[in-house]
Amino acid sequence: MSTVDEAVTETLVAPRPGDPEITPELVADHGLSVEEYERILDLMGRQLTFTELGVFSAMWSEHCGYKNSKRLLRLLPTEAPWVIQGPGENAGVIDVGEGYALAFKIESHNHPSAVEPYQGAATGVGGILRDIFTMGARPVAVLDSLRFGDLDSGRVRYLFGGVVAGVGDYGNCIGVPNIGGEVVFDRGYEGNPIVNAMCLGLMKTEELITASAAGVGNPLMTVGARTGRDGIHGATFASEELSEDADESSRPQVQVGDPFTEKLLLEASLELIASGAITGIQDMGAAGITSSASEMAGRAGNGVEIDMALVPVREQGMTPYEILLSESQERMLVVAEKGREHEVVSILEKWELEAKVIGQVTDDGRFRVLEGGVTVADILALPLTDGCPTYEREGVEGEDIKLLRETDLSEHMLPRGNLTGLFRKLLGSPNIASKRWVYHQYDTTVRTATAVRPGGDAGVIRIRGTSKAVAATTDCNGRFVYLQPRTGAMIAVAEAARNLVCVGAQPTAITNNLNFGNPLKAHIYYQFREAVLGMKEACEAFETPVTGGNVSFYNETDGVAIYPTPVIGMVGVIDDASKIVGQAFQTEGDDIVLLGENTDELGGSEYLYVTARLVAGAPPSLDLGKERALQQAVLMMTHGRHLRSARDCSDGGLACTLAECALGDGEAPIGISVELDDDLPPVAVLFAESQGRIVISCAADQTVHVLRIAKEHGVPAAKIGSVTTGGSPFRIVMPEGKMEADLVEMADAYFGALPRIMDAPSTAGA
Amino acid sequence: MRVAVVTFPGSNCDYDLYKAAQQVGAEATFVWHRERGLDGYDAVLLPGGFSYGDYLRAGAIARMSPVMEDVIEFARTGAPVIGICNGFQILCEAGLLPGVLVRNASLLFAGKDVRLRVERADTLFTGDYEPGQILRVPIAHGEGNYEADEATLKHLEDEGHVVFRYVDAEGEATDAANPNGSWHNIAGIINDNGNVLGMMPHPERAMEELLGSTDGIGVFTSLAASLSAVGS
Repeated sequence: MSTVDEAVTETLVAPRPGDPEITPELVADHGLSVEEYERILDLMGRQLTFTELGVFSAMWSEHCGYKNSKRLLRLLPTEAPWVIQGPGENAGVIDVGEGYALAFKIESHNHPSAVEPYQGAATGVGGILRDIFTMGARPVAVLDSLRFGDLDSGRVRYLFGGVVAGVGDYGNCIGVPNIGGEVVFDRGYEGNPIVNAMCLGLMKTEELITASAAGVGNPLMTVGARTGRDGIHGATFASEELSEDADESSRPQVQVGDPFTEKLLLEASLELIASGAITGIQDMGAAGITSSASEMAGRAGNGVEIDMALVPVREQGMTPYEILLSESQERMLVVAEKGREHEVVSILEKWELEAKVIGQVTDDGRFRVLEGGVTVADILALPLTDGCPTYEREGVEGEDIKLLRETDLSEHMLPRGNLTGLFRKLLGSPNIASKRWVYHQYDTTVRTATAVRPGGDAGVIRIRGTSKAVAATTDCNGRFVYLQPRTGAMIAVAEAARNLVCVGAQPTAITNNLNFGNPLKAHIYYQFREAVLGMKEACEAFETPVTGGNVSFYNETDGVAIYPTPVIGMVGVIDDASKIVGQAFQTEGDDIVLLGENTDELGGSEYLYVTARLVAGAPPSLDLGKERALQQAVLMMTHGRHLRSARDCSDGGLACTLAECALGDGEAPIGISVELDDDLPPVAVLFAESQGRIVISCAADQTVHVLRIAKEHGVPAAKIGSVTTGGSPFRIVMPEGKMEADLVEMADAYFGALPRIMDAPSTAGA
Repeated sequence: MRVAVVTFPGSNCDYDLYKAAQQVGAEATFVWHRERGLDGYDAVLLPGGFSYGDYLRAGAIARMSPVMEDVIEFARTGAPVIGICNGFQILCEAGLLPGVLVRNASLLFAGKDVRLRVERADTLFTGDYEPGQILRVPIAHGEGNYEADEATLKHLEDEGHVVFRYVDAEGEATDAANPNGSWHNIAGIINDNGNVLGMMPHPERAMEELLGSTDGIGVFTSLAASLSAVGS
């Protein structure tokens, strides 16, 4: 093409025969704006080849380049003495003491799951597992944070069932226990489900390895599965809105998972790392070989040269463009110590996998791609990985949201029907009801370390050989964020921390998954900016730095965005696993104590959604100082072994929280007798989702200690009743009314809801 | 007691089984499926997991692994062999136990605690239990639905080869207590010689109070006791 500029580059790069000509349309199809393309031309000093266009389109996509999020994400706190690895690597790593480190990260697979729920979710789990074991850590737990439309749609049931099966089959096969997460149903996610998977891995601190291409002359090797034509341009696909016809046409962009190969790759990778034969390792995730090779080079300040003709492929005739951008699963890129390639090969052979040298680390800082010795792409690595333009856009709150927030909710304080009936209806709402139908499809106990299984506030994994354990949870109430992004995001962080202290864990760090609509729209960018600012404030208050995460924009279908959903994946540390408490009431005669205060803040509540299909009002207020004091107090109570149970008060309000404590795992529901003296309407007392509350139970002789600790921390606390017997009713008395329910009927509503709904047929069609 | 924990590609409960054996004082060794020879071991344990991804049929490919010839020979000598979950499936595929494990009746994976009734407390593997004792032990499988032809079932029942049965809290073998549709609520069986045990539930996951139950320990302590009785 242009002969004048060739002198500028170090290698002659001629157009490859058969590749299409680069036209403005082709550039636009690759998701690059005119300005971005001009910037690339400036960088290159010459015309691009088709292969190079593909490489830039992937690396400068939203998914890889974080172009609309990076500037704001820089505001988040990322440091603390216990943080070993912050953002920028495959996963964050924290020190948990006694020589152990915890790697953890969350990642989204929303777009693929909307098109092909089973494979989309399965490969989401596969990807996050690889992010963990490429740090040198053995995956010890996964959590899944899922959101769908309302279950009365057959299509939504199909998506829900497929996603759960995909998450389950992949994790079960590998043998990593699922310890929790969340499932939310709301029409706000109708066309665009949210599938976020989080993984935790443990290692000895010295086993940490990073993803950088160090040592000029060291060979680059592909390891694991062969490269096929699946998932080409997945990263670019994830950076676009879905349209109604995305279903069929986008399927080829969805990868197909093979958990068996992943299990072998996991074992082989950990063995490779232990052998010392490699200096760096990275998952070939989004944008495949392109991103793994260029990022490893960029991090080390080196270059790489790789030859596509050497890459083991699944089918003949693949072009360099296809090989570079394939997102075939269960592949890794490793940098071996020169001369030890054979060790890498023999470890992989033991696990019945392939390893092949495809290139080497160079000292010229360039990302150079050959095809049988002929250069087809030659780009400076650092601008490719770090030079993607970043934007700070204008954000303006949508007028409709302001109005929604100001909705007068006073009419809803009068119950529509009798309280017990409404209460049972709420218990049977898929958002409140037991998620057993989901987590009974997951292996939760493999690896014999699960001290707290799914179904409670947080899952807990003990660390064998120590008295320690790590806890993890995922949280976000998208309705709250929708109604007021800053407060909503703060609540997500606060609730995650509250969940952790309820099992006795000290909140330590977070990974976040920021699921939003199209950031080019001012009202979406506003949501994003506000949510990041709220998260920053809350993370600073709880001393939980952000060690990494994932941004998923363009979660829109036919122009309608999901609720802004910044999912918080938080981890915490328990020093003495014998002090873990459960959430269920245990023993007749125990006292029930409410920490925190009831309010009449009904905005954004499940009660409004269930009784009036309404998502309106302001989310409940949050006082970070009070919240922190509450959490410190509960931790002190657990440390002193004063508690029999602790449960965060959130979805469905105080009534549903008490019900969950009374029903437990359904084996032995137990009655309660509670009397509340709040001068508030019964609907508010029972169902408002006021923040900063935890329900605990303790032996009657411990109540004095509990109340004293609360007082010392300035936390409002009151004994509100006691645990009765299995044959007794569930009774709550208030100044302006009372509610009494039968445990058997409650259990039927709570445990029976999801199985009954999922018995109805599902359909792949709309 | 020296026990071999056989690891196939895709096994994922090998480590749990190894630790369980150690907990009762055994000297445990991982044996990779390509290794040959099981001389010197007192017992062989086949762990759960997804050997070969459960492709084709659970256990169908693993039973062709080189080590299985040795496992079959080991069992022929009368030495104890335990297969748990995928290990049970492999034992059935290898012909060391009768019957077959097919997809759960619900067609869904089942991961939860179940209750088991100890049907036989006089085997190599259950001597430390009381007859009729009820255990709480996790299951985690998609293909645990035990099936066999009528004659085999009759033989198993008549000879008392059903060792564990799924029951409810009251100890009744009801349909509601059956997590996978197994015929006769069968959760675990032994062979005619009484030296090969296969079971779908995971006793190795019920060894510590912290993890929810200690009811599984008996399988391992019983084995250790049987072996020391033989040795003395």
